[in-house]
Amino acid sequence: MKYLDEFRDGETAQRLAREIRQTATRTWSIMEVCGGQTHSIVRNGLDQLLEGAVEMIHGPGCPVCVTPLELIDKALAIASQPGVIFCSFGDMLRVPGSDKDLFRIKAEGGDIRVVYSPLDALQIARQNSERQVVFFGIGFETTAPANAMAVHQAKQQGIANFSMLVSHVLVPPAIEAIMSSPTCRVQAFLAAGHVCSVMGYWQYYPLVERYRVPIVITGFEPLDLLEGIRRAVHLLEAGTPQVDNAYERAVCFEGNQPAQKLLSEVFEVADRKWRGIGEIPRSGWRLSDPYREFDAEQRFSVANITTKESPLCHSGEVLQGNLKPNECPGFGKECTPRHPLGATMVSTEGACAAYYNYGRFVAVESIH
Amino acid sequence: MSKHEKPDFSQWSCPLPLRDYPTIVIGHGGGGKLSGELIEHIFVPAFRNTTLEVMADSSVLHRPAGRLAFSTDSYVVQPLFFPGGSIGDLAVHGTVNDLSMSGATPLYLSAGFILEEGFPLAQLAAIVDRMGAAARAAGVQIVTGDTKVVEKGHGDGCYINTSGIGVIADDIHIDPTRARPGDVVLLSGTIGDHGMAIMSVREGLEFETIIESDSAALNGMVASLLKFAPHVHVLRDPTRGGLASSLNEIAAQSKVGILIEDRKLPVLPDVQSACELLGMDPVYVPNEGKLVAIVDPSVADAVLATLRAHEYGKNAAIIGTVTGQHIGMLAAKTVVGGTRIIPMQIGEQIPRIC
Repeated sequence: MKYLDEFRDGETAQRLAREIRQTATRTWSIMEVCGGQTHSIVRNGLDQLLEGAVEMIHGPGCPVCVTPLELIDKALAIASQPGVIFCSFGDMLRVPGSDKDLFRIKAEGGDIRVVYSPLDALQIARQNSERQVVFFGIGFETTAPANAMAVHQAKQQGIANFSMLVSHVLVPPAIEAIMSSPTCRVQAFLAAGHVCSVMGYWQYYPLVERYRVPIVITGFEPLDLLEGIRRAVHLLEAGTPQVDNAYERAVCFEGNQPAQKLLSEVFEVADRKWRGIGEIPRSGWRLSDPYREFDAEQRFSVANITTKESPLCHSGEVLQGNLKPNECPGFGKECTPRHPLGATMVSTEGACAAYYNYGRFVAVESIH
Repeated sequence: MSKHEKPDFSQWSCPLPLRDYPTIVIGHGGGGKLSGELIEHIFVPAFRNTTLEVMADSSVLHRPAGRLAFSTDSYVVQPLFFPGGSIGDLAVHGTVNDLSMSGATPLYLSAGFILEEGFPLAQLAAIVDRMGAAARAAGVQIVTGDTKVVEKGHGDGCYINTSGIGVIADDIHIDPTRARPGDVVLLSGTIGDHGMAIMSVREGLEFETIIESDSAALNGMVASLLKFAPHVHVLRDPTRGGLASSLNEIAAQSKVGILIEDRKLPVLPDVQSACELLGMDPVYVPNEGKLVAIVDPSVADAVLATLRAHEYGKNAAIIGTVTGQHIGMLAAKTVVGGTRIIPMQIGEQIPRIC
């Protein structure tokens, strides 16, 4: 398939992997921030090709995984209310709240619909003007423009029965939080290409300055990832931390400016809790004052929710790269995709689910 | 009507006009005159065969020599008509294929309908018509049936159950426990067509091209493979859960490992694009007209040639081998030379957020 096959070529992958192995004089620890990249690395076995040269640390960039438990419980509470149509992307349906998930609410009679775009939820609101339609707006900077557009249109068109439960998170503050941690082992970052296609990559220069780590903007296909890693290893070996764009076909320095303009109008930066990590200052977005009327948290009285996380779950350490998923004591035992104890086991982009699904609970050598 | 044409219900007229109702009413399931009319005017003309026309409480069948194969499946697909098929031909193909995967020659089917009050008779007639056509094309007879009607809001228009009986020659032994290390794994064509066809219409996704279901009866293809028995060890149609679930089940039941190669899996470009877009993996997407054959290596090339000579097997490929390693698991060589394990899915595959 055009634009994909070119970036999945086995021989080029082997050549890039060889160059990385030859360049590396030691094992470098590189974090891919984005869950989509984790999925691609593990699905294709890229980390196996780089053994000894690079250790990939899987970052907190799975929006499903870092959405705080309180917010999921709020979603469950709203979705259970009679008359509400609750719209969500598919993979939020299986994320466990304190005691159930959206699938359960659906089975109990809740009207829960999987949509592919927040604009679909807006359309449902237009068609059901007598009912409250709520969209679960989660994600990084990548999904934010479409969510902003939906709220913007709702206001413009006076669709008063639409609202959004917002839990947007931002990549640069997360990188900053990881680098400030005293246990941080990350020596370079692969920045998420899709986030940068919206936001550009100018925000990363101060981080490189401050923490002296290379940050390489990287795509998602196997060759994109290997190229990103190759550039990161060259920068590490040369001792010259820089921002480098290895995803030129999708990302420019400024990013998508009309999208950024809309984002700054509809959202405002806020402190956000990250599931498993805790609160990171100024690390998310909430609806700005002119759009606050569309905030589902305000519209529905769902305050005072008390949550309980499983004491066995170490997803916070996994998300910060301090623990490999299969080093967690619950991994593959009490905690499986069927009975996930934390969100990193639920989403296919979550590091624990990726490890489980691609069989990293057995020694990889034994399957050759 | 070709199976690719969209049904035009406005053109339908009952060959013997039904009394008063253009839609199903509760009385159609009541066993009285309305039920009788439904059978006489819709079911019998579409399924026409001498056994059915006796109209007895049960059908009395002739049994050729050999062992019997018996299978049942229920069909609840939405929408009822989709690109490349309908619930009607799917209900025939599904059960015919389940019988065929044991090496049986499918002979007789039953058809049970659960209809929702208010369901248009024209749609029912179109569905039944396609069932009849699919049965004739597959060379099986629908010899008994039943209709029940549920109140409006208690069903989804039309559900169908079909059960089937087939006969297996005494020297044929094909079952999912017979895969052996060294065996070759073949696939009869592209994967994911049916699931993505349904998804594209059900979810209102607009792709540039129409993906068509591969719904087809595979008994003809299986018949052509039986000349290689006893070297054909396992046959399976990878329906729900897709190729990955079928191969995982075989690995578990035969107590072997299965290793396939990602690059050898045939996938139509449109299906691949749709999967990429939604973050889905074609190995988990259902098929309704494909089979997996696990055969002795000595006949692998000849089986491949036989599959490719069949109208539903043009894209057949050898996709992997059975191994004594990683018992009970399915693994794949990735396109870049890594290895991954492909586990069973937990539920349905759900599209990813980004």
